[in-house]
Amino acid sequence: MENQQLIPHLFRTEYRKITAVLCKLLGIEHIEIAEDIASDTFLAATELWGIKGLPENPVAWLYTVAKNKAKNHLKRNSIFNEKIAAQLKHSANGAEEIEIDLSSQNITDSQLQMMFAICHPGISSEAQIGLALRILCGFGIEEIADAFLTNKENINKRLFRAKEKLRSENISIEFPVAEEIDSRLEAVLRTLYLLFNEGYYSLSNHAVLRKDLCAEAMRLTHMLTENEQTNKPSVSALLALMSFQASRFDARVDPQGEMILYDDQNESLWNAELIAQGEHYMNLASTGNNLSKYHLEAGIAFWHTLKTDCVEKWESILQLYNHLLSLEYSPVAALNRTYAFSKARGKEDAIIEAEKLELNDHYLYEALLGELYSGVDNAKAVGHFKNALRLNKSARDSVLLKRKVEKLESRT
Amino acid sequence: MKDFIFLFRADYKELGQASPEQMQARTQKWMDWVGSIAAQNKLSSRGNRLNPAGKVVKQGNVVTDGPFTEIKESVLGYIVVKAETIDEAVKLSEGCPIFVSDGTVEVREFDVI
Repeated sequence: MENQQLIPHLFRTEYRKITAVLCKLLGIEHIEIAEDIASDTFLAATELWGIKGLPENPVAWLYTVAKNKAKNHLKRNSIFNEKIAAQLKHSANGAEEIEIDLSSQNITDSQLQMMFAICHPGISSEAQIGLALRILCGFGIEEIADAFLTNKENINKRLFRAKEKLRSENISIEFPVAEEIDSRLEAVLRTLYLLFNEGYYSLSNHAVLRKDLCAEAMRLTHMLTENEQTNKPSVSALLALMSFQASRFDARVDPQGEMILYDDQNESLWNAELIAQGEHYMNLASTGNNLSKYHLEAGIAFWHTLKTDCVEKWESILQLYNHLLSLEYSPVAALNRTYAFSKARGKEDAIIEAEKLELNDHYLYEALLGELYSGVDNAKAVGHFKNALRLNKSARDSVLLKRKVEKLESRT
Repeated sequence: MKDFIFLFRADYKELGQASPEQMQARTQKWMDWVGSIAAQNKLSSRGNRLNPAGKVVKQGNVVTDGPFTEIKESVLGYIVVKAETIDEAVKLSEGCPIFVSDGTVEVREFDVI
């Protein structure tokens, strides 16, 4: 790999490791110092490698430089006296004695503990995702801004506030105690789920970036499955869900960037390897008594990897949605349940169910009613599609809705 | 929105012995009905199904095996729904599969203590 590509690549993989280890050592209140030392290390690499050429082992070089910079900082700075010295009681000789542990075990542990610190219930989910992208995934500010469709200043402000919150809540970087692990893990999974969805459903046209977000969410979830304390069935279920969804990533968009609806997708573009991976984690998730919402959503996503329409498929999806909704309501789940209902029981009964939802002013609700009335009462269907067009703000969906109206009107 | 409990009562004998297929069909009907309420965002708690076996305790530590499965109006289970008024809550009970077994839905508002 050439220099120009190697450094960004290493930045992506190593920045987060160095930051996590240093932050764990210094404490969350010094998170910016940890980030600065990691950034300085990469700055030094950019300068020196350009002149002297690549070191024999670039990663080891980065770790050595990061360690030295951290030690120098500690020597110069009062945090050593206030914080670290107090903890390192047996080291009498000061900073020379500090061992900065960049072993793979400590890197992994620090990153996992960092995940729990960032996904703390005291922090808003938007801030959690921003911090996760910066600290756990090593994303640049500009990339985060692109993903959220906003500018760098906004992201900087958001991250600054989030870090303030980490400090003021005095959150420690450690594994939660055994009694709390389930509830804390739930918060971590929720953030990873949102991170994945941000990539999967984002309106951003930056396809490579969106795919990166999904891959990062999957990598972090995978890390949780590899640790004994965090390898719970709900984690495997979430990873199964992500794998099934990601398998359709390339089939969902055409070369012009237009959305392709599920029914019109070319199944040969579905990624068989990811589907198999999803099945693998779904099997691993099938233990214990707790049926999480990720189990149910993974089940729904699994049925969607089978393209053929059959009664069993839609009946299973309907029952999974029934169960999911009884755990947690969301308007999208209610709409999807009604769609599955129409596939399993027919449009006429589904219309009765749909009319009960009363999600007026929701364009997807109008679109669903349009879909259900098509072929049953075309005049009503046109009316609903037109309502949907009026409420909808995405140009992409407008094209699809207009096509439906034209098709129905040409029939009457 | 207020919370109302739905108590499902029926005669266990009326339910009879069901084959696994019948059991599955029955569960599916219940799930459809509860799913429909949940899809309207009117399910407050998915409640519980009760096991027919049980004990009845009376003063003086007198414990008897539950004779209540013998009576016509055993409680089979419950859910909690959200509604503005009791009439609205009653409307949500429409289509409840308990009616097929000749059972009843008792709709009760929670009292604020």
